[in-house]
Amino acid sequence: MAITSLKNLDRELAHFHLRLKVGAGFVALLAAALLARGYYLQHMQHEYFVQRAENNRISLVPAAPHRGLILDRNERILADNFSAYTLEINRAQMASLEQTLADLQTLIEITPGQLRRFRRLLAESHEFETVPLKSRLTDEEVAIVAANRYRLAGVEVKARLFRNYRAGPGMAHVVGFIGRINDRDLATLRENRQEQNYRGSVHIGKTGLEQSYEALLHGRTGFDQMETDAGGRAVRVLSRIPPVPGKDLRLYLDVELQAVAEHAFGDYLGGLVALDPRTGGVLALVSKPGFDPNLFIDGVDPDTWKALNESSERPMVNRVLRGIYPPGSTIKPFMALAGLELGLRRPGDSIVDPGYFMLPNSRHQFRDWKRGGHGVVDLRRSIAQSCDTYYYKLAVDMGIDRMHDFLAQFGFGEKTGIDLAGESSGLLPSREWKQRRWKKPWYPGETVIAGIGQGYHLATPVQLAAAAAMLANGGQPVQPRLVAAVRDPATREWMPLAPSPPRPAAGISPAHLEVVRQGMLDVTRPGGTAAASAAGAPYAIAGKTGTAQVVGIRQGARYDASKLAREHRDHALFIAYAPADNPALALAVMVENGGSGSGTAAPIARAVFDYYLTGKRPGDMKFGDDDAD
Amino acid sequence: MRIRHWIVRRLSHLDPILLVLVLLLLGISVAVVASASGQSPARITGHLMNIALALGVMVVMANVPPHLLARVGLPLYAAGVVLLIAVALFGEVRNGSRRWLDLGIVAFQPSELLKLALPLMLAWYFQRNEAVLRTKHYLVGATLLAVPFLLILRQPDLGTALMIGASGFYLLYFAGLSWKVILGGGVALGASLPLAWNFLHDYQQRRVLTLLDPSADPLGAGYHIIQSTIAIGSGGLFGKGWMRGTQAQLDFIPERTTDFVFAVFGEEFGYVGTVLLVALHLALVARGFTIAARAPTLFGRLMAATLSLNLFTYVFVNMGMVSGILPVVGVPLPLMSYGGTALVTLLLGVGIMMSVATHRQLNKT
Repeated sequence: MAITSLKNLDRELAHFHLRLKVGAGFVALLAAALLARGYYLQHMQHEYFVQRAENNRISLVPAAPHRGLILDRNERILADNFSAYTLEINRAQMASLEQTLADLQTLIEITPGQLRRFRRLLAESHEFETVPLKSRLTDEEVAIVAANRYRLAGVEVKARLFRNYRAGPGMAHVVGFIGRINDRDLATLRENRQEQNYRGSVHIGKTGLEQSYEALLHGRTGFDQMETDAGGRAVRVLSRIPPVPGKDLRLYLDVELQAVAEHAFGDYLGGLVALDPRTGGVLALVSKPGFDPNLFIDGVDPDTWKALNESSERPMVNRVLRGIYPPGSTIKPFMALAGLELGLRRPGDSIVDPGYFMLPNSRHQFRDWKRGGHGVVDLRRSIAQSCDTYYYKLAVDMGIDRMHDFLAQFGFGEKTGIDLAGESSGLLPSREWKQRRWKKPWYPGETVIAGIGQGYHLATPVQLAAAAAMLANGGQPVQPRLVAAVRDPATREWMPLAPSPPRPAAGISPAHLEVVRQGMLDVTRPGGTAAASAAGAPYAIAGKTGTAQVVGIRQGARYDASKLAREHRDHALFIAYAPADNPALALAVMVENGGSGSGTAAPIARAVFDYYLTGKRPGDMKFGDDDAD
Repeated sequence: MRIRHWIVRRLSHLDPILLVLVLLLLGISVAVVASASGQSPARITGHLMNIALALGVMVVMANVPPHLLARVGLPLYAAGVVLLIAVALFGEVRNGSRRWLDLGIVAFQPSELLKLALPLMLAWYFQRNEAVLRTKHYLVGATLLAVPFLLILRQPDLGTALMIGASGFYLLYFAGLSWKVILGGGVALGASLPLAWNFLHDYQQRRVLTLLDPSADPLGAGYHIIQSTIAIGSGGLFGKGWMRGTQAQLDFIPERTTDFVFAVFGEEFGYVGTVLLVALHLALVARGFTIAARAPTLFGRLMAATLSLNLFTYVFVNMGMVSGILPVVGVPLPLMSYGGTALVTLLLGVGIMMSVATHRQLNKT
């Protein structure tokens, strides 16, 4: 019994030891699996996981650059930046947006307008984006929000740089404005591979110089390489690429001249472009009415937007660039020059004006603006008195083809290339154009009225100003430019902006040009159409008045401004340059529903010349408030 | 003098090899928990106190002779099963499963008790029937295993059920369960896996699927595995250095002082550390098997062998989970993770192994 029990014990022990060995083998297998896995992760895949760990830990935090300033020719500030606190909402981080808004309203004042704007921005933004609710918080408001932060999850007070347009509505069409980057801007940035550079930016130039010089003004975004924890909180800065601030722009434009011009319009609406005929530099660019560009920076509230957009005065349209008008009689100096250059007229040639013109084999009378006519009219007189009949006949002699080609040399029908976006090219009609556009032949009667700038011909005020500058400078085409120089804020040195390559001169005979210029000078002398506006000026003005019809006048009826509602009155035009012997300024004025060029447009030009050439300011105008906030 | 003598006698029951291995692992554990907690004084003191308590329990257990231990097997097992039934009837639901029993002062998971009670019960049962072991006894053993296994599975707590099932199975295996049954059972288990899949809860199925492709749900269920494998992999051969693991120090590793402590260790000490850790645990198992091989009684043999194998199973399941070869189950890394209950249970087991090693008389009940 004892022996069998011992034998059993031996056998069982041996059996148990075998099981231990198998168990040890099993353990070895599991250990091998762990070690193999460790080898795979820690040796074979090491590089990959190091990269993953670095990506986890390091994040690039963009640092937005300061936007460049915009200054006038005397370095008066038109657009600059200031830093202020904004209240921003991140809806992804809050339980109830409405509750948070209600809580906020018990703490600080939020106007219905701010709330409406906020909701519109909210609708346009992504779930995880922060959206500004109120900007320019007072110190007190910042303190109140900070003290209540614990119960306002998703509400952030951020210090941000804001754009400030100091020059008021009058400069809105020049400077333009920046606005929040929208999906369309993003698509454009992506296309231009600028997406990274806007990682820290909220705004982008939308109109005016802010838009056309966006690339210079914006600057280069810097990046802070931050170590962040799993919650995304920054632990420390590892390295930093500082942002490069945007370039400052200095304009040719003089805000005071601009203010004088705007003031001179009085109650009238319209546009004015004043150029330096030697450089094409834009000295003043008025499109009236303007608007407050500051409203647009963080999204305009829907009511204001509706009011601005639907106003019959159309303040959002830049009339100088986009307004197209028949040039009317302002085309006459160019027609006269064409007659001389093409050998169709000599300076001494004169006609007897019966007050109308008729085409052969037609009974239709093309009437002169002056009933009964101007009598004996030579070239100079035709300009001074704006004789229509002279140009009816000249146009017919010239024919539309030669007329088109000659006027094209002065930039009509083409964009001037001013450094603002959205310019219209106007319309310089030709036989080909009419066939293409209307599938109809050109009729002789159309040539007749084209001779006095009526019919199909449409020009923008900036085209008229550029053409006037060519008369002033002896036939050298100019490209109107607003920006004169660019400054790197680091070096603070102004670098002149490279001028556009000069276009080939029109090759006008100086003798012919002189005759026309004399005619334009006669315009402002006694007997000329603008004599009253130039009276007493200590310098000579060469100009040409014009009117652009708003409503057609029936055959046999007469235009009588006093009988027409104001919005149906003709637009008044005036092109001019001065001093006539050594022109320093060339301009084009368009007064909407101004009636006649001599009555409303020429006096505005006079005020601009007076200020620019003599420093004389209109007596009833105050200065010195354009630096105020 | 007598007190000193008494202390020396108590301490003489500590197996020196096991003691050294345990202290080494606990030392590493303190360093890693300190790093993983961001040197939180509360965490470190808590951990040290848990260690002191667990070491105390180990010393006590090492001094309890195996024949006395064998006696508590049945009552402990019976109590555990009764409590499990109580949990099923009156238990408290936390996180969607009924695991906790609220005893007024403390909430308690009876399944923890079974981790030791089941091997004790089975070892006692087989020793009792040592001379006459037949198929019948293995069937009874299997039933003793199945009752708590199914009760815990119902809670539901698949992870714990499997771990307890494994410990019971190891004991049956070391007690001489027929190879045919083991192989047959293995085949049957393999065949029934697809069927078992349908019995898994949604979250359990998701865990398994997450294991197969963690990137499918990188911020949800896959986040743990992705971040822990990044941590381990980026550690490389030699690690980033103590307290210098970016994944650990910047909060990317979840639960990094408890279940995922190996990710911190792997990141900061690299493959060299991994090998060392596995080697220490292997040495622990080897020592446990040696004790089992030399144990004078069947009870001692079964307990030492089962506890050793069980310990390594925990090591494998935890490290496998953290390094992404096993699904995420709530199993701590033995002797490394922060957590009092697990540590006490573990060192209780080590104490039993020491008791087996140092009580060499043939004491039978």
